[in-house]
Amino acid sequence: MDFDLSEEQQLLKDSLGRLLADRGSFEQRQKHQSEADGWSRALWARYAELGLLGLPFEERHGGLGAGPVETMVAMEAFGRALALEPYLAAVVLGGGLIRHAGSEAQKSALVPRIADGSLILAFAHGERQARYELADVATTAKKDGTGWALDGEKGVVLHGDSADKLIVSARVSGKRRDREGIGLFLVDSNASGVTRRGYPTADGLRAAEIGFSSVKLSADAALGGPGHALPAIERVVDEAIAALAAESVGVMAVMHEMTVEYLKTRKQFGTTIGSFQVLQHRAVDMLVALEQARSMAMFATMMASEEDAAERQKAMAAAKVQIGRSGKLVGQQAIQLHGGIGMTNEYKVGHYFKRMTMIDTLFGPAEHHLSRLARTDGLVEA
Amino acid sequence: MDLRFTPEEIAFRDEVRAFFKASVPEVVRRKMRESRSLAKEDLVAWQRILHKRGWATPHWPVEWGGTGWSPTQQYLFMDEMQQAPAPPPLQFGVNMLGPVLIAFGNEKQKRHFLPRIANIDDWWCQGFSEPGSGSDLASLRTSARRDGDHYVVNGQKTWTTLAQYADWIFCLVRTNTQAKKQEGISFLLIDMKSKGVTVRPIVTIDGGREINEVFFDDVRVPVENLVGEENKGWDYAKFLLGNERVGIARVGVSKERIRRLKQLAALERDGDRPMIEDERFRERIAQVEVELKALEMTQLRVVAAERNRKDKRPDPASSILKIKGSEIQQAVTELALELVGPYAMPAPEEPDEFSNEPPIGPDWAGTVAPTYFNWRKTSIYGGSNEIQKNIIAKAILGL
Ligand SMILES: Cc1cc2nc3c(=O)[nH]c(=O)nc-3n(C[C@H](O)[C@H](O)[C@H](O)COP(=O)(O)OP(=O)(O)OC[C@H]3O[C@@H](n4cnc5c(N)ncnc54)[C@H](O)[C@@H]3O)c2cc1C
Repeated sequence: MDFDLSEEQQLLKDSLGRLLADRGSFEQRQKHQSEADGWSRALWARYAELGLLGLPFEERHGGLGAGPVETMVAMEAFGRALALEPYLAAVVLGGGLIRHAGSEAQKSALVPRIADGSLILAFAHGERQARYELADVATTAKKDGTGWALDGEKGVVLHGDSADKLIVSARVSGKRRDREGIGLFLVDSNASGVTRRGYPTADGLRAAEIGFSSVKLSADAALGGPGHALPAIERVVDEAIAALAAESVGVMAVMHEMTVEYLKTRKQFGTTIGSFQVLQHRAVDMLVALEQARSMAMFATMMASEEDAAERQKAMAAAKVQIGRSGKLVGQQAIQLHGGIGMTNEYKVGHYFKRMTMIDTLFGPAEHHLSRLARTDGLVEA
Repeated sequence: MDLRFTPEEIAFRDEVRAFFKASVPEVVRRKMRESRSLAKEDLVAWQRILHKRGWATPHWPVEWGGTGWSPTQQYLFMDEMQQAPAPPPLQFGVNMLGPVLIAFGNEKQKRHFLPRIANIDDWWCQGFSEPGSGSDLASLRTSARRDGDHYVVNGQKTWTTLAQYADWIFCLVRTNTQAKKQEGISFLLIDMKSKGVTVRPIVTIDGGREINEVFFDDVRVPVENLVGEENKGWDYAKFLLGNERVGIARVGVSKERIRRLKQLAALERDGDRPMIEDERFRERIAQVEVELKALEMTQLRVVAAERNRKDKRPDPASSILKIKGSEIQQAVTELALELVGPYAMPAPEEPDEFSNEPPIGPDWAGTVAPTYFNWRKTSIYGGSNEIQKNIIAKAILGL
């Protein structure tokens, strides 16, 4: 049992920390938001140089052959910096689907371009009626000559507006919520019949509503065998949940640090407000919540590569419950203990609070995963 | 003990309910229901409708345009208004300054300002908080130095709600720097058009434009704008803040929000069934309903006790209303956030305006996350919940 980072992992953490301290400050972030994509291409190029964009891919495909721990290190740093870049969309989700569902040929063709930063992927999966049910897919892919024709609507596609290619889930057979019959297809964002409406999300990142109307795809657009993609989707979403758990730890840690710092400096009634015991205890409650979340993020990281899908899914549900609840407590108290200043857009803490809120929403909030977990045999054997 | 309303009270409730049904402008009702912010014109138009009916200032003494209603009637009126839903008359004038002027202002001030407050001819804002003085309001530093028949005001107020619309601001200013901090404060009325007044907007985390900083740079204020006596402002402020807390439970607002939440939960589907049929979700709504019912009864107890109160000081139990009221309001915004699901995320520009672009996701989704963010304020303003607990610990528990 070893909770420490290896030397290489520590190096990754340090260099990313330095890069983001330099280039990812809060002021920079606001500038980056107003760039065409809503995030920084220049920073993305630096991520590529650091090897971050190739982290989880096998070396023989052009990746670094790193595992979930490296992803955890990167995501926590992104959380601390409140990064805007499409790492989750392009590397964790998009890249994950290529890793778990792509053919050798697809991996060899795409991984080098993901890793060098020239290819931005997004995962177009969620649909309006589906909420958080991953099997709920109404978009269809119908045989069309040797290829496919794609029709449907995808919603809240993370970074879907700046993606070069979309990985689209679509039904090749069966009914709307059947587990069987789902395929994954690689689609050019600019293909004819694709319409995209991009918008900022409540945390200042970007997403898009995307429509597909008789989009013609060649046979090799399919990722893996069309019809049996759900396990790969579930697996990649589990990896994304582990990544989000790590990001949320970064987000919470900053909120907690800022709050403690504020308690030490803000004066009312002739003394620092941190001298009021009720606020001391509140800051301690926040710390307890943060550390519980950190532990669960580590657990999720460990379980991200678990082959037994049922065990893995239980772990991710549990992690999502913990980070959702911890995040709510830490976020709400961070605002509360800052008083009026916490409510302002000019001050950093509110932006962390908003990101934390959206992390809870992504792939289903704490309450959703609690129900899910309660339908299994749980974490402690009966 | 008979907790039922009398037949007369029920008849009264029906009367005000019918009035709200017929009189709240559709655009106001819709913006309220959809948690969109109201424009200045909306608020002015609505208050004038109320005023025309004689109901803009129901709790004022009859001689100054009040209705003479019993505390129960006052309560029913407010509850129905919140459930309509309709906004209250501008609280800074009607609930804060009005009662202060009635209690402590001179004849001339009353005659000039009160009718204008009732008809919202003047838009008032509240200049109490400063960057260094929030919970510890009495430490405020904005100064007013006497110079002939003027005060010269210098300093800064902050978090000033809707100062961007304001014609006037009532301020706490320091007129004596030597005295104990509570004893050197005065209550001053300042024309926002005066030379040296600058308003800078502060954008809130939900992107809203409701608060501001207000700067005073050698602003000359006629001494006739002093309310009551010099250096007695702290007493007036305490009186005002007590009144502020009374309406703050906002039981009717929460009722309306829960009603809407249930309606939306019947529409929003999870798989093959509406969210309202999700047992766990319904339980969590029910839990808030229980809390709200208890709060309503607590509020009614405070209302009933008002009849028998000798002194004019606010009931410390009103702090309970503030704490629970804000917690419930916030809990409802959390449930709405959960209900809307993934469509909590899109935040297209200008969520406050009705737009011609088709909505992203359900048409009610756009304001859900912003409202959750924004309503964190309810446990901060009007005396934070921590301060309310300090008040209860001291005034009720004697700790
Ligand atoms: C949206 C909004 C609108 C507002 N509108 C107005 C307005 O129109 N006019 C106006 O004058 N003001 C307004 N306010 C200001 C509001 O009244 C103050 O924000 C509030 O009094 C808290 O002061 P502060 O922000 O300086 O926080 P601080 O007083 O610095 O408090 C910071 C934290 O410390 C806690 N704390 C402070 N003292 C104690 C203590 N003794 N024991 C335990 N905990 C303590 C507080 O509860 C809070 O959690 C508004 C505020 C908001 C957020």
